[in-house]
Amino acid sequence: MAKSKSLVFWLCALAGMFTLGVISQGSGFIEGVLEYSEDILYLSQQHLALSAVSGGLAIALGVSLGVWLSRPKQQRIAEGVMQILNIGTTIPTLAVLALSMTILGIGSTPAIFALTVATILPIVRNTYTGIREVPSFLKEAANGMGMTPVQILVRVEIPNAVFVMFAGIRTALTINIGTVPLAFLIGGGGLGELIFSGIDLDEMPMLLAGTIPTALLAVLVDICVGATAYFVVPKGINPLRTAR
Amino acid sequence: MIKLDHLTKIFETPQGIVTASDRVSMEVPEGEICVLLGPSGCGKTTTLKMINRIIPATSGRVFINGEDTSLLDTITLRRNIGYVIQQIGLFPNMTIEENISIVPKLLGWKKSRYLARAAELLDLVALDPTAFLKRYPNELSGGQQQRIGVIRALAADPPVMLMDEPFGAIDPINREIIQDEFLKMQKELKKTVMFVSHDIDEAVKMADKIAIFNAGKLIQFDSPDRTLAHPKNDFVKGFVGTDRTLKRLRLVKVADVMNPTPDTVRPEDSLKSAFQVMDSRGYTSITMVDQSNRPIGMVLRAQAQTQEGTCGDHYYGLRAIVNVSDDLRTVASRMFSYDTTWMPCVDEQGVLLGEITQRGITHYLGATYRDKQVTGTNHRPTAEPYPAAHQPEQGAKRG
Repeated sequence: MAKSKSLVFWLCALAGMFTLGVISQGSGFIEGVLEYSEDILYLSQQHLALSAVSGGLAIALGVSLGVWLSRPKQQRIAEGVMQILNIGTTIPTLAVLALSMTILGIGSTPAIFALTVATILPIVRNTYTGIREVPSFLKEAANGMGMTPVQILVRVEIPNAVFVMFAGIRTALTINIGTVPLAFLIGGGGLGELIFSGIDLDEMPMLLAGTIPTALLAVLVDICVGATAYFVVPKGINPLRTAR
Repeated sequence: MIKLDHLTKIFETPQGIVTASDRVSMEVPEGEICVLLGPSGCGKTTTLKMINRIIPATSGRVFINGEDTSLLDTITLRRNIGYVIQQIGLFPNMTIEENISIVPKLLGWKKSRYLARAAELLDLVALDPTAFLKRYPNELSGGQQQRIGVIRALAADPPVMLMDEPFGAIDPINREIIQDEFLKMQKELKKTVMFVSHDIDEAVKMADKIAIFNAGKLIQFDSPDRTLAHPKNDFVKGFVGTDRTLKRLRLVKVADVMNPTPDTVRPEDSLKSAFQVMDSRGYTSITMVDQSNRPIGMVLRAQAQTQEGTCGDHYYGLRAIVNVSDDLRTVASRMFSYDTTWMPCVDEQGVLLGEITQRGITHYLGATYRDKQVTGTNHRPTAEPYPAAHQPEQGAKRG
């Protein structure tokens, strides 16, 4: 019963896609988009480079900050710092871009700075929460066995928090890819060039030549991070791989 | 050996100063299990955790095998103490093998050595190494996890083990099994164990020494039998329960109480000779054994007196038999369920080694109280080592 239902669904979906394809091909739409293939390739690389640098920075800084805040010594200030970061994220990315441009000028540097600021919060938040939520009895057991604080962090706390940390990184990177087009506004480059030019020129194919690859990249990065998490998170604590 | 010397912990809380552990001094001899017992908040866990400095002591000292542990650094101290907690605390991100190998790795053992050790320890608790080494904790049942928790603490062969309610979270049936396994292991390994529990039955079963705590103070430190027989004050009396003498049943083995030289008859003996034996001893029945001295039935006095023939023609089946390694609890339970007051005691092969009677049990358990009365009243108890007056066995079926 359920099987035949899903079969019908997939058949409909296929038929829909096929019809869409026929219509867009008929209207010369696909050709219109493909005219920009060179631009798409070049700008996608730029787009990914911006994402990689700002995302990498955000991960490096976010994880370190999250780990540091999770230490018992920082317990008092941790929530305060988290609130500040929260406020930082509430400021619209466009405003952050504009602000960083006034200080760092135009180009990719202010763009990377703004993107990092925009994407760091979920990483810090999840790292901090993930580590804080490692059950205290695990830490007690580790302590009682004579592990040093660093050994406890590396062998017990981080491995047991890594699933939650990955969830944060995944969210952050997806947001990051979707935000990179704004970097064009301060001369950062990326697929935003096609999108904003397309809007300005009222050129539908150009606009879509920017948006479709952006969307595809976001999905692709999401899948990549998900796959990494699947293999990196130890089997014993990976809800996706539990044996039972 | 673990020696605590005026170990004290004072917590400063917003509500005021709380003395969680008040000048606790005691000495647990090497190879013994000491159970720290008491209601929650009595200071037993605090005392335990001060030994490996999970909780730093306010004052006082801890000696392990004569060595003052305050001279050791915390990390070294902890690596040389096995630690088992109630929540087990297996690391879910590591396989069983990795979990067991943690302390050996920290101590810098060679890989081949700690891997062999992990397999050896799994064997010790009857878990198949090939099946379990590569599994993760969440693939194991609670009982299996707790076994791993215990052998993980044993991995580097520490002389001392601290166990904080280790079997508290396991269902009663598995708890019994794991307790038995642990006792069996302990017989071979002879660790000095400190064991926190709030369950008097567990304490009686596991302990060589029981330390009863209340409000941070060590109230009584004694053997289980003495704790049950002679509670020091009303608190201990209340804690061990009104049925404390019944609890002592568990501490005594059949072999300690039975009459090791019971009179018996053979199937070919005449009823007349059987009656003579019973008459001279005042028995109402007698055990009949076969060629290899295995009890096969009993002959009643009334029958032997009134009928002719051999014992083999006029005997009744035995209602219950008990093994000499059983405890008196089993005996009492069997006596109640089979409505009998005596039982032949046999070894693993079923060979008769003695006879246990209700009177013998009560006499044995009462001895410790009588001794006390003697000193008080200077009244000597009647010497009655094996009172063996068998009660008439009503309604026994013919075997």
